[in-house]
Amino acid sequence: MSIVLEAKHINKYFKKPVLFHVLKDINFQVKKGEFASIMGKSGCGKSTLLYILSTMDTDYEGELLLNNKLITNQSRDHFSYIRNKHIGFVFQFHYLLSEFSVLENVMLPAKKLAEKSHEEIEHDAFEKLKMLNIAHLAKKRASRVSGGEKQRIAIARALINNPSIIMGDEPTGNLDSHNAENVFNIFKKLSDEQRLSLLIVTHDEDFANKTDRIIQMADGKIIS
Amino acid sequence: MTNWNVILNIAKTHLLTKIKQTATASLGVTFGIGSYITLVCFMTGLNAMLDNLILNQTPHIHIYNEIEPSKKQPISLYDNVGESFNVVHSIKPKISQKKIHNALPIIDHLEKNKDVRGALPQVKTQIFYIAGSIELGGNLTGINPIDEARLFNMGDYIVEGSTEALQNTDNGILLGIGIAKKMSLKVGDRVQVSPINGGVFPLKIVGFYQSGIADLDAIQSFTNIKTIQRILGKANNYITDINVKLYDIEQAFPLSKKIEQQFKLTAIDIKTANAQFETGTTIRNLITYAVSITLLIVAGFGIYNILNMLIYEKMNDIAILKATGFSGKDVQLIFMSQAMIIGFVGGVLGLLIGFGLTSLIDTIPFKTEALPTVETYPINLNPMFFVIGFSFAMLSTFLAGYLPSKKAKKIDPVRIIRGQ
Ligand SMILES: Nc1ncnc2c1ncn2[C@@H]1O[C@H](COP(=O)(O)OP(=O)(O)OP(=O)(O)O)[C@@H](O)[C@H]1O
Ligand SMILES: [Mg+2]
Repeated sequence: MSIVLEAKHINKYFKKPVLFHVLKDINFQVKKGEFASIMGKSGCGKSTLLYILSTMDTDYEGELLLNNKLITNQSRDHFSYIRNKHIGFVFQFHYLLSEFSVLENVMLPAKKLAEKSHEEIEHDAFEKLKMLNIAHLAKKRASRVSGGEKQRIAIARALINNPSIIMGDEPTGNLDSHNAENVFNIFKKLSDEQRLSLLIVTHDEDFANKTDRIIQMADGKIIS
Repeated sequence: MTNWNVILNIAKTHLLTKIKQTATASLGVTFGIGSYITLVCFMTGLNAMLDNLILNQTPHIHIYNEIEPSKKQPISLYDNVGESFNVVHSIKPKISQKKIHNALPIIDHLEKNKDVRGALPQVKTQIFYIAGSIELGGNLTGINPIDEARLFNMGDYIVEGSTEALQNTDNGILLGIGIAKKMSLKVGDRVQVSPINGGVFPLKIVGFYQSGIADLDAIQSFTNIKTIQRILGKANNYITDINVKLYDIEQAFPLSKKIEQQFKLTAIDIKTANAQFETGTTIRNLITYAVSITLLIVAGFGIYNILNMLIYEKMNDIAILKATGFSGKDVQLIFMSQAMIIGFVGGVLGLLIGFGLTSLIDTIPFKTEALPTVETYPINLNPMFFVIGFSFAMLSTFLAGYLPSKKAKKIDPVRIIRGQ
């Protein structure tokens, strides 16, 4: 089975306020279609790791491979392109552009990528919204929908460019159990049906137990 | 590869949802550009008017015979004393030097020069005006009235009567308005003039002359060149001055030097004669630009401030855009386009307002004794000012937008996302 994401000997230090070794020799792989979760105590470095994996943070030591290609030490513009095309990111807090409509929010990364026509992009965005049962919200302003709805809109946006991997930092962190269940089912379906790889940080034991694999972290190290 | 559609769309949405700030920033530019256009059109209009007051009626080159003692005294021509040391006391100039020798051939020669629009002869003399018991000293200048009107806008300075009337009347005189007031004379009356070397000649008043310079109007009158030659008892080749008008005023200085050398006459070019005028113009321009640039800088700071605020408010949006694949450059372009849109809208409005205001000023009556030809406040609607104003609006908004947008480019999305 092909490997989508691979981390080799990742080390990260925070230099301020005092030198602090956050991530210590992180090594792991995520395979195609694999649904992996990361667990660990608060402050053990999960978010920090995710920012590095998503190429937003470039200040680290070690190597990162996406689809078996080394992507460490590339230009910033190239990282932007990689995030745009290959990585979908879902935050804990529903990060949407509040002044734009739901549909526009979903379409934006595809418009940036500019591989498809406007009509195709709009069609795709509708499909993603439909799949997440929120197509009726398409024309609403992003600031006028509920938290659970926003979370699903953010997932739709992460999916719009058919990325290689979806990363989530506690995407169900502030959802009620019903909505959390709903989001899990969506992820599960994506990984089963579309062979999408997922790497989700979570504190929710039930959520993690249902995933293919749990990566346990403690003190900046992977322990299992 | 930049996707302008997306970038402009985001910029537009930002501006429209913050319409109040957008309007404030644009109005700052509008105000700056509007005042610049108004100021510069009005000031340069004023400059042109003041310049015309002097320059229109001033020849580009004035040729005459300076009264000065001969450089070579007759004794030095005498060979017998060639070896000795001569001292001549109390040298006086000859009076006959006033006349320009061979004036008519010189005029012909000048008229053939392709830089010269026209060369007009004049006869200047001092006379007394006599009406009843009053005697006033003054100048009488003999001219070719129609040519003077054509080349030196003589017609603008005639308040009653016309140059044609002077041309067609034998023994006619165009009297300075100051003299007419002092002697309470009307058009059609007779005034007697007496040249310095004697005799009294009655002349018929065909009109009044008003230059706007009171001292001049109190002494200066005009008549036909033939008339004055008769009064002075001189032949028709008696010419004291030649006034030259050129196509290009910049040629005045070199040509005047050439004439001086060629004909051994004094030739003064307009720049030398009116140097103080240029200084006034320069200083007024300086003030205009200083004020306008200050206004635009203030407007620029307004834009800078508002964009800074906008970027602060949009930190989240910037982080999202960057996390979903927009590059730093894209983000910078989004905010730069906002600045440029503000500059464009504000600039165009400013041009319109400036145009409106100047058009309004152009209709306000402005009557003054000193300027007989001026009816309303002078406005110089030069398209160049509009081009400069617009470029300045774009430039200042570009500079005002550059720093904040550069900051937006550098924002680290991780820091914003963590901060939530
Ligand atoms: N900018 C920073 N400068 C210095 N230390 C930092 C910075 N950001 C995070 N840290 C520290 O790094 C460690 C790891 O932080 P991180 O956010 O990755 O934890 P986490 O595992 O995601 O925790 P949680 O489950 O609470 O989200 C923490 O101890 C935190 O205090
Ligand atoms: Mg975290």
